[in-house]
Amino acid sequence: MTLPVIEAQTGRFTAPPHINAKITAEWLVAFLQDEILIRRAIHCAVVGLSGGVDSAVTAFLCARALGPESVYAIRMPYQTSSPSSLTDAQLVIDALGIQARTIEITDAVNGYLQFEPDADARRRGNVMARVRMVVLFDQSAKYNALPVGTGNKTERLLGYFTWHADDTPPVNPIGDLYKTQVWELARYLGVPKELIEKAPSADLEANQTDEADLGITYAKADSLLARMLEGYSNEQLVEHGFERRDVELVRRRLDGTHWKRHLPTTAMLTNTAINEFYLRPVDF
Amino acid sequence: MEPPSLNSSASRVQLAIVQSKPRKGNYAENLAELRAIFAQLGSSDPPPDLVILPEGALTGYFLEGAVYELALDAQRFARDLSDAWSGANGGTRVDIACGFYENFGGTYHNSAVYLEVDGGKPTIRHVHRKMFLPTYGVFDEERFLSRGRRLQVFDTRFGLMALLICEDVWHAIMPTIAAVKGARMLIVPSAAPGRGIEEDDELGSIARWREILHATAAEHGVYVLYAGLAGFEGGKGMTGSSRVVNPHGRTLVEAPALGAHILRATLDMREIDLARATLPLLGDLNAVLPDLLLDDELPLPKVRQ
Repeated sequence: MTLPVIEAQTGRFTAPPHINAKITAEWLVAFLQDEILIRRAIHCAVVGLSGGVDSAVTAFLCARALGPESVYAIRMPYQTSSPSSLTDAQLVIDALGIQARTIEITDAVNGYLQFEPDADARRRGNVMARVRMVVLFDQSAKYNALPVGTGNKTERLLGYFTWHADDTPPVNPIGDLYKTQVWELARYLGVPKELIEKAPSADLEANQTDEADLGITYAKADSLLARMLEGYSNEQLVEHGFERRDVELVRRRLDGTHWKRHLPTTAMLTNTAINEFYLRPVDF
Repeated sequence: MEPPSLNSSASRVQLAIVQSKPRKGNYAENLAELRAIFAQLGSSDPPPDLVILPEGALTGYFLEGAVYELALDAQRFARDLSDAWSGANGGTRVDIACGFYENFGGTYHNSAVYLEVDGGKPTIRHVHRKMFLPTYGVFDEERFLSRGRRLQVFDTRFGLMALLICEDVWHAIMPTIAAVKGARMLIVPSAAPGRGIEEDDELGSIARWREILHATAAEHGVYVLYAGLAGFEGGKGMTGSSRVVNPHGRTLVEAPALGAHILRATLDMREIDLARATLPLLGDLNAVLPDLLLDDELPLPKVRQ
């Protein structure tokens, strides 16, 4: 007689990490209310609305937390930005009924880049990202509103962002969500499907896509990052069925970008060095 | 030790758990808010016999180096709690258990005090100093604090109790020792940052807490009274979820994860004896424990260290 065998399920190991979107949304709305309304006694938020899914999800969460009338969406196109980015952002503005403004950054960016005609795409992209933060922070001062960040966990871990630009807003509701989880949350929140289904792009150059830039799909990157952060070695990941090339690519980007996830390194000279000896929580 | 009898302690306890949401580091304001909460409780019908508050209830949990500025000696903290109660409710009697950061002569602890307030005067029944200080992941307690060295049960007008702070209760040996020593109620002040977004119905960390508290109560036939801190601290959301678990391992009442709340329940101490008669695991353990402790393979010290 042969007894039936019941095996533990291992299929989820290589799958992207799943979320309960309802619980996540409720938690993030409470987070935004606490950070903005209670801790800082500010009543409005400004969000740089790119036309992508990350800033759309952030705008949806802010609208839930603060009310749509208290959310300012700022579109900041450059001359090379895709026109569809503006129209996709408009879908979000219309869906939520939030306040919106479009501020071209072309003159500001070109005002500097005219002195650097040889700047490559990476440098030009960094200048655009930093100018966008100049605008966003000034708009926040104008409206007495808090800038809300839109960087997801995948791009933070892969270092796929401009340091002291995308990461500068003082609060970020989606920074602990992988890209695939942001998509899950977007579907739950009712973000227009055009934004969820299109290929993610930093939109710094024509026809640019994140996945082509990174050399790996978000689904694979998120699965790998989740396991790497849990402590699995490259060899273990390969044993579980991941492609060695993908494992090494993601590991290289992860290990090479720790510095981008920290404040500047300060030389320690005293036993009262800030954030080394003198330790106070951010909300103290 | 004589077991507590129903004749020597109240058979019914009017309980209130205050799931507080303090402003980080603002002790004076939080104390003033507590006085208002005490006024609400004092005017309720029936008023509580016992009020329980969370870990770091009047300061917040993540204090880092600021813990040295906010830590108080137990007498001062007990006096502040007593004054808050009596200022709101005159000389009425109440017992209070509350977590706080303690300055014990220059040694700093994550502690919880149990005091009786009567006629406006506090009497400290016990101070428990957290023994398991989480220092991993998001936690960094042992960098700033010293661990407690002893788990004691203490007598109250409601019978023997023990205080276990947060991670203390995650180690099954702690409630086990408390129960073997005679505790009939376990008071668990806690501050639990929420995480885990894969579960079906709630954050994973909340589900884990529920499993632990239910299992603890059912195994030993004790009431488990869990007071969870609420509110966000620098992006880390404390999961509240205060709950009262009866000696059968069932939740009588629970609070949501978010926001400040008051939980009320009437505890019938006779349920403890019923639960232990139905499932006599504690009696079984008392019988077997000496054999377990005499096991040479256990890494037990021969003398107290």
